[in-house]
Amino acid sequence: MHLLSILLEVVNNFAPIAKMGAGIGAGIAAIGAGIGIGQIGKGALESIARQPEALGDIRSNMIIAAALVEGVAFFAIVVCLLILFI
Amino acid sequence: MRLKYISLFICFFFLSQFAWSAGSPEQSSLVPADSASIHNLKEKKESGKFNPGEMIMEHVVDNHEWHIATIGQLDICIPLPVLLVCEGKFYSFWSSKFHNETHSYKGFIVAKEGPNKSKIVTLQEEMTGKAGPKVYDFSFTKTVLAIFISCFILVFVFVSVANAYKRNENKAPHGIQNLLEPLILFVRDDVAKSSIGEKKYEKYMPFLLTIFFFILLNNLLGIIPLFPGGANVTGNIAVTGVMAVCTLIITTLSGNRHYWVDIINTPGVPWWLKVPVPLMPIVEIIGIITKPFVLMVRLFANMTAGHIIILGFISIIFIFGQISTALGLGVGIPTLAFMVFMDLLELLVAFIQAYVFTLLSALYFGLATTEPAHH
Repeated sequence: MHLLSILLEVVNNFAPIAKMGAGIGAGIAAIGAGIGIGQIGKGALESIARQPEALGDIRSNMIIAAALVEGVAFFAIVVCLLILFI
Repeated sequence: MRLKYISLFICFFFLSQFAWSAGSPEQSSLVPADSASIHNLKEKKESGKFNPGEMIMEHVVDNHEWHIATIGQLDICIPLPVLLVCEGKFYSFWSSKFHNETHSYKGFIVAKEGPNKSKIVTLQEEMTGKAGPKVYDFSFTKTVLAIFISCFILVFVFVSVANAYKRNENKAPHGIQNLLEPLILFVRDDVAKSSIGEKKYEKYMPFLLTIFFFILLNNLLGIIPLFPGGANVTGNIAVTGVMAVCTLIITTLSGNRHYWVDIINTPGVPWWLKVPVPLMPIVEIIGIITKPFVLMVRLFANMTAGHIIILGFISIIFIFGQISTALGLGVGIPTLAFMVFMDLLELLVAFIQAYVFTLLSALYFGLATTEPAHH
């Protein structure tokens, strides 16, 4: 009974809890960015270890790829901000 | 010689802002924070509670006046012109006119709730809640002033560098040329020549250099908390949107036949994706729009998120400081270390974002102007 009344109250004022979606979304975006940029870093470090002369090229390509992946994560952040503030 | 006059004019222009506002009491830029008001922000300030959400929003969002400091009970702001067009008539007044009891002037008020929240609406709309005549806001806001400041700095620096190169034709670089020459050569060699190719890169160099230094300077100025820095220019989606639209226009106008053929009739794609329902052409045409759109959102989100993070760290200190002063001080020291680290990261992100925007624009220009490889 107690559980049912809690559920009733939750369903009635759902609005603040809907904002939890923003938090979860931001967390998942962070996980995605972390995994993606980690893979980029791993690939870059391995290739630098294989051929240290190519350090400059590899470094600039790594930065570009990291910026692109981070851009995608920022899309998710922008959507979460939209949930919170609009 | 000319530059000296320009710099004198700039100094006079900014000092005159204070002179204007100090003229009459109602135009004063020094606003006592304890005047009776219906403004939400003032109410929260009066109650003494620190509201992190309001503070962060206030620093990240555009504003009609430039708030410099709050000393005790006094707010020091630079009032900026408000230019409105409503029902065909043109109104212009200093934003300090909004600092009276009703916070309205000539029938306009900054709306506090509703669909037009924090925009200027007519007074009857705010009072009655019904939609009134549309107000078109062309005001000279904080972001606009910051853009002008960075443009003056850019023009000043680069015109003097160009004159120095003309004067010292074959001599070693001197002064600020030493700082700018590697950056300009970097944009020319690593960004333009490698993306667009040896033959055609020169046409696009002015645009790429402008974009690179404009974004870089505005990012850097956004990190500095004191005037004239501290305005969130590149974190304003309208600013980044205009730059992305410029990239889109240049890409579309400089596309040669092969660029358009690649979009309408992509080579190497099976025929059944193109003939009954032209899926591939539709995807490619949407791609023309999404590529600059992504440029816009990437820069905007990076800069705004960086500012929000740093302001959030500052708010942590104040939130804890409200519970007890000792707790605020204790929390303050590791938070300060985090903040310094985040500021250095912001510096890196400033460079990277300027570089990525310029590089991707150059890549799109290169894609639009490639000659096909002869098989």
